[in-house]
Amino acid sequence: MTMLAVLILSGVALVFAVLIALANRRLWVWEDPRIDAVSELLPNANCGACGLPGGRAFAEKAVEGLVKPSECTVGTDETHKAIAGFLGVEAGTAVRRVARLQCAGGHDVAGALAEYRGLPTCSAATAVAGGGKGCAWGCLGLADCERVCDFDAITMTATGLPLVDPAKCTACGDCVEACPKGLFTMLPVDTHLLVQCKNLLNGDDALEQCTVACTACGKCVQDAPEGVISVASGVAVVHYNVDTQADQGAVARCPTGAIVWLNGMQFVPEPSLSRSAAA
Amino acid sequence: MRSPGFRHGVHPPEAKELTHRLPIRRMPYPDEIVLPLRQHAGKPATLCVKVGDHVERGDPVGLADGWVSVPIHSSAAGVVTDIGMWPHPDGSMATAVRIAVDRYAAQVPRPRMVPHWEGLSTEEVVRAVQEAGVVGLGGAAFPTHVKLAPPAEFPVHTLIINGAECEPYLTSDHRTMAEYPARVMFGIRVMMHTMQVTRCVVGVERNKPDAIEALRGALPTDLDITILPLTVKYPQGAEKMLIQAVTGVEVPSGKLPVTVGVVVQNVGSVAAIAEVFETGLPLIERIVTVSGHGLLKPANLIVPVGTKLKDLLAYCGGLTPEAAEVIIGGPMMGQAQANLEAPVLKGTTGVVVLQRNDTRLEKVYPCIHCGRCLDACPVFLNPSLLGDLARVNRYDDMTDAHLSDCMLCGSCSYVCPSNIPLSQLFQASKVALRRAAAGAA
Repeated sequence: MTMLAVLILSGVALVFAVLIALANRRLWVWEDPRIDAVSELLPNANCGACGLPGGRAFAEKAVEGLVKPSECTVGTDETHKAIAGFLGVEAGTAVRRVARLQCAGGHDVAGALAEYRGLPTCSAATAVAGGGKGCAWGCLGLADCERVCDFDAITMTATGLPLVDPAKCTACGDCVEACPKGLFTMLPVDTHLLVQCKNLLNGDDALEQCTVACTACGKCVQDAPEGVISVASGVAVVHYNVDTQADQGAVARCPTGAIVWLNGMQFVPEPSLSRSAAA
Repeated sequence: MRSPGFRHGVHPPEAKELTHRLPIRRMPYPDEIVLPLRQHAGKPATLCVKVGDHVERGDPVGLADGWVSVPIHSSAAGVVTDIGMWPHPDGSMATAVRIAVDRYAAQVPRPRMVPHWEGLSTEEVVRAVQEAGVVGLGGAAFPTHVKLAPPAEFPVHTLIINGAECEPYLTSDHRTMAEYPARVMFGIRVMMHTMQVTRCVVGVERNKPDAIEALRGALPTDLDITILPLTVKYPQGAEKMLIQAVTGVEVPSGKLPVTVGVVVQNVGSVAAIAEVFETGLPLIERIVTVSGHGLLKPANLIVPVGTKLKDLLAYCGGLTPEAAEVIIGGPMMGQAQANLEAPVLKGTTGVVVLQRNDTRLEKVYPCIHCGRCLDACPVFLNPSLLGDLARVNRYDDMTDAHLSDCMLCGSCSYVCPSNIPLSQLFQASKVALRRAAAGAA
């Protein structure tokens, strides 16, 4: 009896083994071995910042020469050089970009109209009367962006604003998508001029909600170089396609401090409240 | 005999005794009205006044932009002082027309032609209703004229009038039916004539015996209108639940009621249609229930559209020291308000002020898979599963679990013994899905 079972099973195994062996020959697909090699060299964060579905897809395109190694924003210069050297192509020059928050209205400067109690996420709070913050455009500080960041680049400051560490940010764009108020924007890391406000109200109406709001006074426009800054429907807009390395005068002239001259970190680093609370 | 109803649902405390016996009164005009151009489902109205213009009561300030859109009319005589951003009840800032109400005006509308409905063709009635800016007064504010002209491939056999008013606290439809039964019947007559429908059922929850009696007393002899008392259960007033209760037919997922030959209109909208053909006045005021234990003098009021919440609450005696939350709509599906500068819109069924005790936040515990939410969900979803998916942002899987059928009625949150804010999770997920769809397009 046992013998029979062993024989049957061995026979079945043999048949399948032959089938698999045949299939392996007939259905063999040649794949460029370089794809695996490039894939090894990539950081493989699978963040999608390059616009491709993950590191493997990037490797395929890179081998075909459709993307330059530098387009992987997560990779460092060494990574880019290594891949370029391996494939014998130009690494290309990458403009390093980081996420910047177009809001400076922390708890200390921007008032609340009502206390929001409920699911502690920005996306849920936005659906409830906009989250209760006085400024309908401002950051709610419930850290949806911090949770979504794969690179630990975002920490919440003591006043409830997300602080992006330019050294860690890979411009993957997850926070841009996560923010229900649409406050994040991707800027080259050496861009200094930034309007930290999206409030469309003018003058005192804006100041009533937040002391660092853009009041659309237009002082920044006055003697800035032609076309760098304009005021459009209630908020100052920096035109980054023009040469934005304008002088720091615009920042000095802003009466509220809504427009800033960035160097590295956007806000003063402070001990993270939400992180320590979670730990 | 058991009254007709639907399966599942919940029984929240009704709290209607605060206002259900109070007759409808007119609220005096406030000093200023604010009319956002976005008050209805569909495209917002396009502005047609400028700062400094003098408007009479009933003059348009915004025109309909396309088919699924209606004009906005000034609810008081006055001067346009500003056109700009103003807090909207949905929590955002939206373009609105501010009108300083003329203090000594008689508030008489301009003389206007009252269309004689019997002599009008279907298209002309539909156009008259659109020009009067009539929208669904049950909350969603869907333009009424669109429902009056259903697509030809779906013949409509029954007109259902929604007088369920299942949301706690709210009594505006109740009072409309009890006090203006003749107007409701006239509106039904116009609708049946326009839509060529021979049968009409008015669904009213059993907890409004005086409304049922009043409607029965006003029944015309020449029309097939049935007053149908329904079980008292939330959300009986949801369109698809009401259709199920009245006809026994379930509207398929993702389909409109018209696909099963039914059109549903709210009692308030029917009365608004009647008013268009009685007085020629557009929809510029509505009946609002102002209620809740956080309010000193609850009332059912005729309120000019555009009245700011703070003026409305002040007229109702103001808030008690215990008042904690102001909601537009009812406590189940309503929207909490942060800014009392926001105005009453056409779709504002009620303003409820809850006191601190009502808004106590309970600690949220993990799901114990008791299945009570499944027994509560009126559209037979699995809120427990959907909640788990929402917590880990698996929105695509939520779509597969039929999130789009969820109407955010809040029944699951209401019964959850672990106090999981399910419907809020679903609302956030829906918003995230919409954003993703907009981003992909």
